[in-house]
Amino acid sequence: MKILSIDDVSLAFGGLKVLSDVSFDVNQGEIFAIIGPNGAGKTSILNIISGFYRPEKGKVFFQGKDLSHVHADKRAAMGMGRTFQNIALYHGMSVLDNIKLGAHSHLKTGLLSSLWYWGSAHKEEMALRGKIENDIIDFLEIESIRKQPVSALAYGLQKRVELARALAMRPSLLLMDEPVAGMNAEETEDMARFILDIKEEHNITIVLIEHDMKMIMDISDRVLVLNFGEKLTQGSPEEVQKHPEVIKAYLGQKKAETKKNNQKKG
Amino acid sequence: MDIFLQLVVSGFLVGGIYALIALGFVLIYKATNIINFATGEFMMIGAYIFYSLMVYLKLSPFIGFPLVIVCAALLGALVERLILRHMLGQPNISIIMVTIGLSSILLGIAEIIWGSSFRSFPPLFPRKPIILGEVVLRSNLFYGFVLALIVVVVFMLLFKYAKVGVAMRATANDQMAAFSMGINVKTMFTISWAFGAIAASLGGIIIGNIGGVQPTLGHIGLKIFPIVILGGLDSIMGAVIGGFIVGIVENLAGGYLDPYFHGGVKDLAPFVVLIFILLIKPYGLFGTKEIERL
Repeated sequence: MKILSIDDVSLAFGGLKVLSDVSFDVNQGEIFAIIGPNGAGKTSILNIISGFYRPEKGKVFFQGKDLSHVHADKRAAMGMGRTFQNIALYHGMSVLDNIKLGAHSHLKTGLLSSLWYWGSAHKEEMALRGKIENDIIDFLEIESIRKQPVSALAYGLQKRVELARALAMRPSLLLMDEPVAGMNAEETEDMARFILDIKEEHNITIVLIEHDMKMIMDISDRVLVLNFGEKLTQGSPEEVQKHPEVIKAYLGQKKAETKKNNQKKG
Repeated sequence: MDIFLQLVVSGFLVGGIYALIALGFVLIYKATNIINFATGEFMMIGAYIFYSLMVYLKLSPFIGFPLVIVCAALLGALVERLILRHMLGQPNISIIMVTIGLSSILLGIAEIIWGSSFRSFPPLFPRKPIILGEVVLRSNLFYGFVLALIVVVVFMLLFKYAKVGVAMRATANDQMAAFSMGINVKTMFTISWAFGAIAASLGGIIIGNIGGVQPTLGHIGLKIFPIVILGGLDSIMGAVIGGFIVGIVENLAGGYLDPYFHGGVKDLAPFVVLIFILLIKPYGLFGTKEIERL
């Protein structure tokens, strides 16, 4: 079943074409990876899905609903979580406060009553906090750092806290922009394991952008390849790896040929 | 010694009132990164509205205060929605010019409606001076301080614990992330302008109650500016402490030095302190350091 459909989307900044007629579907419960060289339009696609950019042409459907007139904040409330390429945590706040912010859209109390934090908003917050503590903090193994300010944490842990914040929104779709960029091998393995668990235990669909090919090939169900804003190909990790256009885009024409020749020789 | 104590305590009280007005700057800057040069005029309009409700409509202050809060919130929200919303993404200097223009417009409107003559408030508080040990305090100043303090504390609690406050902090921190948390960033801009206007206009009522109201009341906003810079533009705690520092420094300078210099030192002193503190701490006492990575 489709949870997300990108239908013939184009985007340009002034004269610079960023995306041309890109279409793809993401199925419920899969890990869908978007890869491509720098400047291929990967982050732009995520920004269109989250509603930060408005496409010139084409539509985005989420759970069958046309998102053309839905603002970014409403999309988040509909169940779209997001993590960012450059960590977008609230640095002055503690880990727990950051995670609680993720649950912001689920606080039902209205504006007026939320002015009185002693009242029902407070009770609601306490209940929420208990739930978050049990589920997400345990799940991501960040129990020991939950009271620490985010800015004091190592990079890999910050990424994990950002993921925790996104999970606190109880999303049905999670958009991840380079979740393991800048991580060491061990941190990358941890993150890959978490992403798989999120999919399997929480039944959350994941769309991710990543440059770490090994991880992509290990965990993704399907891969979309973009190059210069156009869809190059799409398929299982194995199919994509063998695709001649992909090899060309990644290694360049000449290298690809040399590689082919070497393979023939060998 | 009694003079010193007297000057410090009354300076402290004035500082508390300054802190409230400084909040008018900080609440708006925190969420939107805009320095509102019309804060002083928001004060003045608030004071005039309160005056009108009291004198022309003969309402009790207990009805007057909430009504001013509502009017100020509307004024702030309208200014954001009708003017500053359209300035999103424009260079900072243009936005600052817009708020300076706005201050002139508000000043003009006030003169058209209320004229330029000086008016004093009907008595709000008991007139009896407050005596604390050897220190004697004017009742208007003392009760004004108490009122300012209550409002400042409410805003602090709001920012720290309430959903709106947390959402505003999140917006100030990172707008993209705020959006993806389901926070409506544009609404937060409107709310922060409403909050800023409320803080300023309540400060205006208190100041107007002490010294009367006229259209140029807003010029006090210029005096508040060093407080905000001193405390760090985006820190509520900074505004409060900056307010106390400026209030006390100003009062001491006025009390001890003005007799020798034909006056004027009182207004000068806060700026001298400001320059010294900024030399040592360029982001103010509590401001966020902006680190540019190259």
